[in-house]
Amino acid sequence: MRKLVIAISMLALAASAAFADPILDRQALMKERGKIVGGLAKVVKGEEPFDAAAVLTQLQAVQENAEKFDVEALFPKGSDAGDTTAAPKIWEDMAGFKAAEDKYLSDVKAAVAAAPGDVDALKAQVGVLGSNCGACHQSYRVKKG
Amino acid sequence: MAWLKKLVGAALVLGVVGAAAGWLLSAPVKLDAAALAQLGPGDAVRGKRIFYAGGCTSCHAKPGSQGDARLQLVGGLELKTPFGTFVPPNISQDPKDGIGAWSAEDLANAMLKGVSPSGHHLYPAFPYASYARMKPSDIADLYAFLKTLPAVAGKTPGNSLAFPFNIRRGIGLWKRLYLSDQPVIPLPGGTPEPVMAGRYLVEGPGHCGECHTPRDLAGGIRKSEWLAGAVAAEGSGVVPNITSGGSGITNWSEADIANYLETGFTPDFDSAGGAMVDVQRNMAELTADDRAAIAAYLKAVPPHPNGYPPRKKSTN
Repeated sequence: MRKLVIAISMLALAASAAFADPILDRQALMKERGKIVGGLAKVVKGEEPFDAAAVLTQLQAVQENAEKFDVEALFPKGSDAGDTTAAPKIWEDMAGFKAAEDKYLSDVKAAVAAAPGDVDALKAQVGVLGSNCGACHQSYRVKKG
Repeated sequence: MAWLKKLVGAALVLGVVGAAAGWLLSAPVKLDAAALAQLGPGDAVRGKRIFYAGGCTSCHAKPGSQGDARLQLVGGLELKTPFGTFVPPNISQDPKDGIGAWSAEDLANAMLKGVSPSGHHLYPAFPYASYARMKPSDIADLYAFLKTLPAVAGKTPGNSLAFPFNIRRGIGLWKRLYLSDQPVIPLPGGTPEPVMAGRYLVEGPGHCGECHTPRDLAGGIRKSEWLAGAVAAEGSGVVPNITSGGSGITNWSEADIANYLETGFTPDFDSAGGAMVDVQRNMAELTADDRAAIAAYLKAVPPHPNGYPPRKKSTN
């Protein structure tokens, strides 16, 4: 138990140190997320060969990225101002936003837990993960010039 | 003072003539017999394609519905625009609250002429300025498909618009300026078939230009900036430039565009957002050939700089 508390507080400390500018940090995490999922999509499209171990590694990277997406730290009050495409709705409906992120994380964990054995299985999983992107961006992102 | 009398008289006559002319010019015009004769019997299977190309469900499904619920066209979304709030109505097969009692001719008059069965103007928030370019036979097919969808009871609240936009008759004058069944982009003879097919899908049923093109003060599409992107007429933010100019699709291949329409992912793995999420879901229901045609047309459209101001880079 004590180890857990220490681990959590260390994580929190690391998080607060890393998230100096929440807008830049959340953008970096989103870019990274797109890149990893994009790599998986290449396998789905047949542009890259299916390698179960490599796919699992990438899925784990997706999970790691999703776990780093701490809504509280990345979307503090006031970070709707500035060079951001985060929609004001995030702060009007923080519970809904968190729920969307939680659903994404649980879909990611489910994908890692059921590591795909072939392209078709991966395709189905990427489809599920990808549906989260649109669902969240539909309400919580505003396109800017 | 005889001159004054004459002047007043002339002004009165002009006023009356003007009002009469305005009244005549603003009259709702339905399709003629020749156009109605082209409707044909209609085929529900083909109509399903038109239904998704036309994006009916994006505005007419209950807001937030998913899966099969998107086929319950009960209306109720609120489109908040500078002219006021438009509420897409119930177009389910309910005979009383929806359009279950409409004939195929009624649907054709609504979609191609913006005129309701009772002979009133419809507001162009319903994108008939684009649908006007559709073939009557496609309307008949759509009609047949709509007949297969459920009847759902429930009236939506009416629009709430500011003066003078709340005067329906004025739409007649708007139509004289902006309603045309002619293509936006002229294409020379010998243009490849996919580009022609894509033009039809984009300019007609797809009504892409309704959001992706800037509008003038009267709410008409600026055809000189066709698909250049625009400040969102509804909601906030911008709708991107989808020509090969500005920050548009210069670096997208046709395959990239088709893949985006199928999966919602951009070439650099950002995803569709905002209202485009529903549009993309509809596009995913089309055939690969249709998506390829849309892509071919978009790459053939004249490039324009962005139809919206650059993003503010302030950090406060």
